[in-house]
Amino acid sequence: MDRRYPEKNCAITGVGQSEVSRNATKTAIELTVDAAMDAITDAGLTRADIDGIATWPGGGDVHSGFSPVGIPELQDAMRLKLGWYCGGGEMPGQYGAVFEAIGAINANLCNHVLIFRTVYEASARKKSFANSLLREGQRQQGMFSWYAPYYNYAAAMQQALFFARYVHESGIKPEQQAMIAINQRRNASLNPKAIYRTPITLDDYFNGRIIATPLRIFDCDLPCDGSTAIIVSRMDAARDLRNPPIRIEAVGTNMQYRNSWTQLDAMATQAQPAVAEMMWSRTDLKPRDVRIAQLYDGFSFHTINWLENFGFCKRFEAGDFIEGGSRIALEGELPINTSGGALSAGRLHAYGAVHEACTQMWCRAGERQVKGEPGVCATSTAGGPLAGAMLLVRE
Amino acid sequence: MTDAQPPRALPLLDDNNTAYWTGGENGELLIHRCSDCGYYVHPPVNFCPECEGREVAAQPVSGKGAVETFTVVHQQWVPGLKVPYVLALVTIAEQDDVRLACNIVNCAPEEVGFGMPVRVLFEQNEDVWVPLFEPDPDGGVA
Repeated sequence: MDRRYPEKNCAITGVGQSEVSRNATKTAIELTVDAAMDAITDAGLTRADIDGIATWPGGGDVHSGFSPVGIPELQDAMRLKLGWYCGGGEMPGQYGAVFEAIGAINANLCNHVLIFRTVYEASARKKSFANSLLREGQRQQGMFSWYAPYYNYAAAMQQALFFARYVHESGIKPEQQAMIAINQRRNASLNPKAIYRTPITLDDYFNGRIIATPLRIFDCDLPCDGSTAIIVSRMDAARDLRNPPIRIEAVGTNMQYRNSWTQLDAMATQAQPAVAEMMWSRTDLKPRDVRIAQLYDGFSFHTINWLENFGFCKRFEAGDFIEGGSRIALEGELPINTSGGALSAGRLHAYGAVHEACTQMWCRAGERQVKGEPGVCATSTAGGPLAGAMLLVRE
Repeated sequence: MTDAQPPRALPLLDDNNTAYWTGGENGELLIHRCSDCGYYVHPPVNFCPECEGREVAAQPVSGKGAVETFTVVHQQWVPGLKVPYVLALVTIAEQDDVRLACNIVNCAPEEVGFGMPVRVLFEQNEDVWVPLFEPDPDGGVA
């Protein structure tokens, strides 16, 4: 192997997903076990083969449903014997758990790492205004305290500050912006597990209420209950398994900007450009080699930003690139967010994107399958000061 | 306008941020500044990233700035919240990499624009003097 790029020594060998809904019939740990067992079985492994676990952002945030299950609960529930484990949030976005696993595998601490992400936000919201960045009657601490007194209740308005700057600098038109949501709903209509499956029109989009300019309701992801798991394996252990290994060809993990939600010094582009540049520096492949892309879509603008920052179009030309939607459609030159993504299939928080990447690359996507057995996928996580990226290649 | 809103959430005051959140008691916007090289350090920390100086202390600034970015919030997140309102990041006139979260007040949301000159005002909430910004009638001359 090429020791300069240890990610190439790792591959996704199985993926799993629980039921995904707005109204879970199971508890969060049950959903997590479902996803984990699904992924282990898919890889052709057994529980005894799993010797590592990684997750982002780690358990503990039960109140909001943001991350109700951590490694201790899952490891104990499944009685896994581990050589290594790691869960935490101070990483390059949600894919930080994958990056950690790459390091652990190459440090010979483990061979098959179970990576999971569980959300229970739909159910949590029925009990309280759970996603609020504010807690009533409690003084705010930490990096978000700078926003505390300003009626900043949710990620939508705080990230809208970055998106507004993008609109100002790029001149993207609202009817161009709308194509992300419209295209993803069309994809979701072909995904039996998607939460919202009725296609929307431009009129529907503009009839959606404004949340915080420039975000309308259809630009925002959809809180849900669900769990996704993937198995990342050492390449020599991956080759004998059920599925053609999906090699991690390159990663982007850096932090070249101010890691701050108020002081970010790349406001219009967010922290993505340097991460994408790093990813491309670790591979001979080019943007033109990418057959599908699963781009972070916490909000539509994250996806718009990633289209530019990955180099699929030029800086501030994403609006033209997505206009009309044909380029990014399932039958287009660059199908994106083919499951319906977080906007329509559910906010599985970047791991839904990895699951869909592998589903497409293993040609299991049914009615929404992209033609031509797509073998190269670019995928990305997070926005604001956080960003992480991976290039996946089917062996 | 702001009087009609629900109570503001407030920051926990500590050794680093107390000057920023309480300077308004004397009508001053206090930003930490390096005594060696003059660089404004925000959020406040006693280390200057420009010269590695450790003598960094709160100093009053002009209170003038410009809107770097803003969003007009329409969603009524909690009962009683009066919408629309403006959440913004304002850069201070002294140094354009000091960005202050704030609400823009005393003007209609549709009057707020990118680069708009603004000036600080303060609203006392308990022991916190919350910096807010409003259009600066003397701004835009430069």
